[in-house]
Amino acid sequence: MHNEGIQKFILDRVPEAECVEGTQFLQVTIPSEKILPLASELKSNEATSFDFLFCLTGVDWPAHMEVVYHLKSTQHQHQLVLKAKINSRENPEVATVCHIWRTAELHEREAYELFGIKFLNHPDLRRLLLPDDWEGWPMRKDYDDPINMIAY
Amino acid sequence: MEEVTQELESKEYFINMGPQHPSTHGVLRLVLSLDGEIIKKVEPHLGYIHRSIEKMCEHDSYQQIVHLTDRMDYLSCHINNEAVCLAVEQALQLEVPDRVKVIRTIIDELTRLSSHQLWWGVMGMDLGAITTFLYGFRDREIITDIFEETCGARLTMNYNIPGGLFFDIHPNFQKRTKDFITYFRKKLPEYDTLLTNNVIFMQRMKGIGKLSKEDAISYGVTGPTGRASGFSCDVRKQHPYMAYDKVNFKEVLGTEGDCLARYKCRIAEMWESMSIIEQLIDNIPEGPVKVPTKAVIKLPKGEWYQKVETARGEFGVYIISEGQRSPYRLKFRSPGFSNLSALDHMARGCKIADLVAIMSTLDLVIPDIDR
Repeated sequence: MHNEGIQKFILDRVPEAECVEGTQFLQVTIPSEKILPLASELKSNEATSFDFLFCLTGVDWPAHMEVVYHLKSTQHQHQLVLKAKINSRENPEVATVCHIWRTAELHEREAYELFGIKFLNHPDLRRLLLPDDWEGWPMRKDYDDPINMIAY
Repeated sequence: MEEVTQELESKEYFINMGPQHPSTHGVLRLVLSLDGEIIKKVEPHLGYIHRSIEKMCEHDSYQQIVHLTDRMDYLSCHINNEAVCLAVEQALQLEVPDRVKVIRTIIDELTRLSSHQLWWGVMGMDLGAITTFLYGFRDREIITDIFEETCGARLTMNYNIPGGLFFDIHPNFQKRTKDFITYFRKKLPEYDTLLTNNVIFMQRMKGIGKLSKEDAISYGVTGPTGRASGFSCDVRKQHPYMAYDKVNFKEVLGTEGDCLARYKCRIAEMWESMSIIEQLIDNIPEGPVKVPTKAVIKLPKGEWYQKVETARGEFGVYIISEGQRSPYRLKFRSPGFSNLSALDHMARGCKIADLVAIMSTLDLVIPDIDR
C-alpha cells in the first residue's frame, strides 16, 4: 500500500490524525487515547499488516510528550511512523502495545524510566537500565541533577 | 515396625546468573526462575554499563556523536559509525564520492567477518571447546592488523566522518585484504570440520532454543538470529545503502530457528561477506575520500531515521533536529536490545546448560544493549 492509501486508512478510523509526508516515512500524529484501537487495527488488518515494530521511543517536547512508533510490514514492505501525542507533561499516560508487538515490553520500560511515561496495563512496568531507587526522569529536558550531569 | 513416609517438598527457586558469568560476555545479570534444572522464567537485569549515551548526544556535535557509537557495539564499530554518518549526510543531502561508498562497504564486511570470527571462537568456548577460541582469534588478528594499518586503531576505529572518511586507505590495504580472503577461504572449511559436525556439539545445538518466524517478527529479532527463523530482515537487501546495491550476494535464510540454524546462518554469512569483498576490492574507484562539511554541522529542522545492518542485526539511528548544532532527541535502536527481549521466550523449558548455548547463538554485546 502506498502512503496515500495508509493515510486514508488511518483518517477513516481517526479523523483528527495529522499526517505529514516526511523525507522517508509518512508521519502520523494521533491523540494518545486513540493509539490502542488503531494499533491493533494496523497490525491485524490484511491491507496494512504492520507486524514489525522496529523502534519505540519517547520524545519530550516543551508542551507535550510523544511516543513514537516506527512500524514496518514484513509482507508489504511499507513503513510508517506513528506518534501518540500526550497532552499532559505532569502525568503522561498511554496504553501499552506490548500484547500487539512483544518487543514493546522492554522498549516501553525504557521509555517509562527515561521519560516517566506510564504505559497502562503493561505487565511489568519497572525501571530497566537505572537503579530501582533513581529519582526523576533523566531524559526529560527539565531534568536537573547537579551530581551526575555533565556541565557544558 | 512403623513405616516412615517422607514427603519431598518441591518449590520454585531463583538463582542469579551473572553479572560476572563468563557466558554472558559482559555484565548482564539474568535472574532465573527454576524448577529443578528446568528454566521457568528468565528475567534480564540491565544497566550495569549504562552510560546514557543518548543524553550525552543531546549536548554533543554530530562529529562527536560518531565517536560515541563505536563504544556501543564495539564489534561492529565501523558500521555503527556509518549509521550516524549516513543519517547526517541524508539530512544535509550530501552525496559522498563513489570511492567512499566502496571503501566503507569493504570495511563493513571485514568488520562483520571479524565479529563473526570472534563469535565463533567464543561460542565454542562457551560449549567447552577451547580450541575454537584460539582459531577464531588467530584469524581475527589478521583483520585487526589491516584495520590498524588503515584506520590507526584496532577496535574502535572512528574511520567514518560525516561526509566521507578521515583519510585515504593505506597503500597495502588492497593487497593485504586480498591475501586475507585467499587465506580465510582455506581456513573457513576448517571451522566446519572442527566443530560443525561434532556429535556433542550437534546435540547441544539441535532443537534448542526454538524461535518461530512469527515470534521473531513480534519480538523484533533481526540479524542472523532473525534470519535463522526465516524472517527476511537484511537491511543490505531491503534498504541498500553505500555500495550494497552494486554487489551480488544472497540473504542467508534458515527455517528451523534453533541454535544450530543460527550457527549455520552466521557461517554462511561469512562466505557471503568474503564474496562481497572480492567483488569490490579490485574496483575501488579513484577520487576524493571526503566532501567538505562545515566545522559546525547544523541539521535542518526535521527528523531522520537511518538503519544499517550490523553483525547483530538492524541498527537504527533516529535523529530529531531543531536546527541546532546538537540533536533535540537522538535514539539508537540497538539490535541486541530487541534480540535479548526474546531470550525469555526461547529459554523456557530448557536446562541451564542450554541457556548458555542460546545466549552464545544470540551473540549479545552488552554495551550495545545498555547504551
